[in-house]
Amino acid sequence: MSRGKPEPVEVIKERRDGALARLTDGIPYAAFLGIRFDRRGDELTAILPYGDHVLGNPMVPALHGGAIAAFMEVAAVVQLGWTQGWERMETGAEPFAGRLPKTIDFTIDYLRPGLPRDIYARARIARAGRRFASVHVECWQDNRDRPVAQAVGHFLMPDDIAG
Amino acid sequence: MTLTHDLQRITAFLTELPHARALSMRVESFGNASAALSMPYDTRFVGDPATGVIHGGAVSALMDTTCAGAVMAHPEHPLSTATIDLRIDYMRSATPGQRITARAECHHITRHVAFVRAVAYDADETRPVATATATFTVERAP
Repeated sequence: MSRGKPEPVEVIKERRDGALARLTDGIPYAAFLGIRFDRRGDELTAILPYGDHVLGNPMVPALHGGAIAAFMEVAAVVQLGWTQGWERMETGAEPFAGRLPKTIDFTIDYLRPGLPRDIYARARIARAGRRFASVHVECWQDNRDRPVAQAVGHFLMPDDIAG
Repeated sequence: MTLTHDLQRITAFLTELPHARALSMRVESFGNASAALSMPYDTRFVGDPATGVIHGGAVSALMDTTCAGAVMAHPEHPLSTATIDLRIDYMRSATPGQRITARAECHHITRHVAFVRAVAYDADETRPVATATATFTVERAP
């Protein structure tokens, strides 16, 4: 394909940010927790803004391990959907027609207490086949080199993507 | 933070954790190294609107809290506990509209570590929705 005139930046941003919003808005539990995504090109960072509703023990205080687990699982599912839909999105097709990947298993390794402040996560797809995917997630707060937790999950890809 | 081993105080403590309250968790049973907690169906907890199924993360939160409860319910009376590692296997989608109940058992405890397993069900108790295996820290009285 010959290299045509590059697309205007606002067209690219609108397409990608719009697709990302449709993907994440489609997960009610992510909205309930208040999870947002920051996008740089195709790189996503999940953000869970601090709020009382994600607090575990208020006396310590520390984030609830269950909220951290859910946050990381959302980060993994969105990363999978985003990566799978990227090419369709870039050709102008609807990238996320159909269902989201289903979690088969998810294992969380809690490394440090979650402090009462925002927490960030990035997911990395170790392998995405037609049927199964394996995803690593790491989350941190003040310091990227001092992760709060790391996780690995396996996912069943939806039929419309796998088939 | 100190916790007494008074049953009512611990069960109240578990469900008054702000995140447990946000998910409307309720203690069903507690004692003898076991705990059972439940959580209502709520459309805000849905993972995929196409199916109406509760998000795995909400089930994880219920599992984590229930497992911590089982540690606190151990006859050796840990003062407090924190999750080291939690693995959840999602065996099937929970049926939309049904309450989810998790039952956890602290089957082994050492000086510093508690080993826990848990199962979650919806209204059909013959087919588990998810199972969990976890390790927790054990904080003992000095």
